[in-house]
Amino acid sequence: MGEIRFLPCGDSAVTVEFGNEIDDMLNAAVHAFAAAVEGLNHPAVQEAVPTYRSATVHYLPWLLDFEEIKELLAPLARQAGGQAALEGPVVEIPTLYGGEYGPDLEEVAAHCGLSPDQVVALHSAPAYRIFMLGFTPGFPYLGGMNPRLATPRRSQPRVRIPAGSVGIAGSQTGVYPIQSPGGWQLIGRTPLRLFDPALEPPILLKAGGRVRFAPIDEETFRQMERRGRGC
Amino acid sequence: MLTVLKPGILTSIQDKGRFGLQKFGVPAAGAMDPEALALANLLAGNDPGEACLEIAALGPALRFETPAAFALAGGDFSPALDGAPIANYRAYSAPKGATLTLGAAKSGFRCYLAVNGGFDLPFVMGSRSTYLKGGFGGLEGRALQAGDRLPLSCPQFWLTNLENRSISPPPLPQKEQTLRVVAGPQDDCFTARGMETLLSSVYTVSPNSDRMGYRLEGPGIQRAEGFDGNILSDGMAMGCIQVPDGQPLIMMADRQTAGGYGKIAAVASCDLPLLAQCRPGDTIRFSLISLKEAQRLLRERERRLKALADSLNRPEGLWD
Repeated sequence: MGEIRFLPCGDSAVTVEFGNEIDDMLNAAVHAFAAAVEGLNHPAVQEAVPTYRSATVHYLPWLLDFEEIKELLAPLARQAGGQAALEGPVVEIPTLYGGEYGPDLEEVAAHCGLSPDQVVALHSAPAYRIFMLGFTPGFPYLGGMNPRLATPRRSQPRVRIPAGSVGIAGSQTGVYPIQSPGGWQLIGRTPLRLFDPALEPPILLKAGGRVRFAPIDEETFRQMERRGRGC
Repeated sequence: MLTVLKPGILTSIQDKGRFGLQKFGVPAAGAMDPEALALANLLAGNDPGEACLEIAALGPALRFETPAAFALAGGDFSPALDGAPIANYRAYSAPKGATLTLGAAKSGFRCYLAVNGGFDLPFVMGSRSTYLKGGFGGLEGRALQAGDRLPLSCPQFWLTNLENRSISPPPLPQKEQTLRVVAGPQDDCFTARGMETLLSSVYTVSPNSDRMGYRLEGPGIQRAEGFDGNILSDGMAMGCIQVPDGQPLIMMADRQTAGGYGKIAAVASCDLPLLAQCRPGDTIRFSLISLKEAQRLLRERERRLKALADSLNRPEGLWD
């Protein structure tokens, strides 16, 4: 791990950068640091937002200025740098692949020179690391997709992608927590509600954790959909 | 209870914002002009971060079904109470059945209506702010429509001496308004000439601007060699200036929690209210200040707001 950088992100936030690549160890340090910052419960610290290789700490500059917040955070950043990547529990994301739920499965298979079944097998094999949540509420940025599944985004983005859609874009895979427009290739859908403002916690997945996609059939999908998050 | 007779173009419930959940990807949302929000609230006897109606471009018509004290702050929308013109930055009392009408923005672009006691709407994930794209918060997660009924909370204390609850209006943006910026976090992804372009050019607010961000049109900003504009997505704050296609895009209240475009600089928080009052077609310039100076200016604003809160909320007997 290189030198830790403290970059002003405006006058009320500081981005603490641990490196400049997508890497398990580096990302683990980011999450350890963000958790330690929130653990301070310091009145000047609003929140810490971990991303791939840095964490942005939002703070109240009338309580602590930039030099003071740096002084507060530097020891936590140094400690976090030495931590190994934790292999936390794997959250299963039950997924119905193909058909109307994954309208692009055939196209992805054709593009990759695989059969649809092979795409499902390769996609549901690994435990993916959740590097960060962002973009829309609860959207997981996952790492670890088999490079054989890499498929470019659709040339015509869809106006409406249903919540729960599982997709591929380039070398990334992810799940849409809320209905939104997008250009991802949709290969399946999960009945899990990754984001629901009325539930506690509203966001199901945790950055720093891991997920695996578990293939299910249509009947199981319908049952789980009815039961909501209780399944 | 307030009944919405006419909704205006984009009227939504906003408070100081939804903080603590950006790590889950939940945008902060909240008032575009946090200073006007605070001033309207203080004049109306509320906490500075209480939920208000944020009114943009063209205002609504509202009927008070119960008597209530209120105050307006921000842009001038030619407000009138039962047809009689009233002023921003002053508390008024609306009798039962009174109609408050706001017209088109005459100066500025956003106005905040605070009602004594606030709006009795549920907190969603710790805030009443409406996040329009996500469809949650505020009233059913959407902008107001004709026929909506907004329940009011019972005030903590009734306001008296309303005519004394007034302040002189803070400035609104001028032609070629200069906004102060601080450099970073990715200023090293741009050339010195790119930064020079940002700081020496006049930019025009694009009609494609919204609560998520102000898109500007003007001279292109040069990137450093080997940098294609993209970074590994990292955290963002209100005021951050992304440069997705050479043109500045300033992140505002409904910004995403993280983004993948390099950020050359950020508008100083003390000048964000001026930006939030700019409308499409307005022109903007930027000037660079030190982070130390930006934080000093913000500390000063905080002190001013605190002093105003103290003076307005002094017990009645001590006024005379």
